[in-house]
Amino acid sequence: MAKEKTVLTGVHFMSGDIACAEGAIAAGCRFFAGYPITPATEIAEHIAARMPKIGGVYVQMEDEIASIAAVIGASYAGLKAMTATSGPGFSLMQENIGLAAMTEAPCVIVDVMRGGPSTGQPTLPGQQDVMQAKWGSHGDYEIIALAPSSVQEMFDLTIEAFNLAETYRVPTMVMADEVVAHMWEKLVIPPAEEIKIVNRKRPNTPPEQYLPFMPEDDLVPPMACFGEGYRFHATGLTHDEHGYPQTQSSEAQTKLVQRLCDKIRKNADKIVRFEETMVEDAEILVVAYGIVARAALSAVRKARENGIKAGLLRLVTLWPFPEKHIAKAAEGAKAIIVPEMNCGQMVREVERTAKETSVFHLSKLGEEPPTPMEIFEALRRHSK
Amino acid sequence: MRVEIRFAGFGGQGIIKSGIMTAMAACIYSGKHAVQTQSYGPESRGGACKSEVVISDDEIDFPKVTEPDVLVVMSQHAYNEYAENVKKGGIIILDPDMIPNEKKLEKVKVFRVPATKMAEELGRRIVANVVMLGAFTAITKIVDKKALKEAIKANVPKGTEKLNSAAFERGYEYGGKIAES
Repeated sequence: MAKEKTVLTGVHFMSGDIACAEGAIAAGCRFFAGYPITPATEIAEHIAARMPKIGGVYVQMEDEIASIAAVIGASYAGLKAMTATSGPGFSLMQENIGLAAMTEAPCVIVDVMRGGPSTGQPTLPGQQDVMQAKWGSHGDYEIIALAPSSVQEMFDLTIEAFNLAETYRVPTMVMADEVVAHMWEKLVIPPAEEIKIVNRKRPNTPPEQYLPFMPEDDLVPPMACFGEGYRFHATGLTHDEHGYPQTQSSEAQTKLVQRLCDKIRKNADKIVRFEETMVEDAEILVVAYGIVARAALSAVRKARENGIKAGLLRLVTLWPFPEKHIAKAAEGAKAIIVPEMNCGQMVREVERTAKETSVFHLSKLGEEPPTPMEIFEALRRHSK
Repeated sequence: MRVEIRFAGFGGQGIIKSGIMTAMAACIYSGKHAVQTQSYGPESRGGACKSEVVISDDEIDFPKVTEPDVLVVMSQHAYNEYAENVKKGGIIILDPDMIPNEKKLEKVKVFRVPATKMAEELGRRIVANVVMLGAFTAITKIVDKKALKEAIKANVPKGTEKLNSAAFERGYEYGGKIAES
């Protein structure tokens, strides 16, 4: 088989979708199952061209339900696996995202958000799926979700998503938006040896002693893969350390489900990522993510030029939510503006976290994200 | 210095590609900061579409165009939509055969480039966008000619380099002439 380079070290001019695909390949992803959908199609298109040349697998499935199911199977067979979709497909995936969480299958799901609900506005941007990312499947579980705001981050955060998925054995989501995905910008791909890659923990025990769902101190169990001689059972039913169903035991339910939540909650300090600009002395804050954070940065700079002490806290991880840091940043602020391309989603988390501070939502739906001027006007209005 | 450029027309004219090539020329081949964003309808071909480029000496925070310095427009529909949105003192470059009805616009310089007709004379209507890019380069001087030619070479299908190069030169020459007069 002709082999192409897996890490395309160098300076490129690329779209966010293609950068995401290259990030996945650089992270070691060798299995992609998906169903094309605007504005995520270019991810599938690019990976379909690349995978056969690097010894990977691309499968176009019959729908998104099958896509995520195939990704879970590939993950259990030992490959790093990914799918990419948009709102309608993300909705279809929800049941099996729960299966991935329950079976602790490391995998990456990219959702390039467009305008919803339903088929909505296929070619226009949105940020309407950010709560669905956390709460979309039934039952209690935790996931990790990242929000890129540039083409460079479509590459970098896709790698980070794989690293986090492998570390915590958890479905990890890249919650992009149409603007970031279709935007073309400079992308710098570093040499392969400079890219940090994390692989899942493997068992140290011989197969006959292996307990597939026995966690270590970090609450994550080492993962053997199917076909390696470690014979075990993986199920969506509540299970014990052996992987066997425990459908009547309150103790097993408590132990397992609490751990699925705790392995993320108790490691949140290690997972959470955010970026602060001029927050230290800020009297008014903007909390934003994705493409909107770039409009916010422009607005905050303009506010400073106009004597308004504004600052920006950009969320890089949406989930876990950086609550400690929001609470701390909010201490000195009299108001927080949360601009989003939805009718009010992450703003609820900000309100919950910054209890003493007035929080204002700035909603923008349709073709364009909020402009720097619109956010600046909100800053001016609420800084008085 | 931040410059905003909007390319607009209908899907299938190479509008999106024009923006990508312009931004790539500014970024990769001229060392500036540049970003391209786009907007099109679900029907892709035939529907209204626009492609926007921001070029700056500094890092670009907001990547979308709000008030373009230059509008390059190739359909009546797009002209009607965007002509009045150009910055005062800005430039409109349009294809008069595609836009028979013009509005009275003040404080905007209008340059008419029959790019579609010129592309047909070259043998392929599909290179009209590249003719337009040539004229844009000569008229605005925002992006270096050599850089744009490199970007075009990197983006067009193999085997069409000569045709695209000829289209660019044709537009560049025409644009240079009307910019002088």
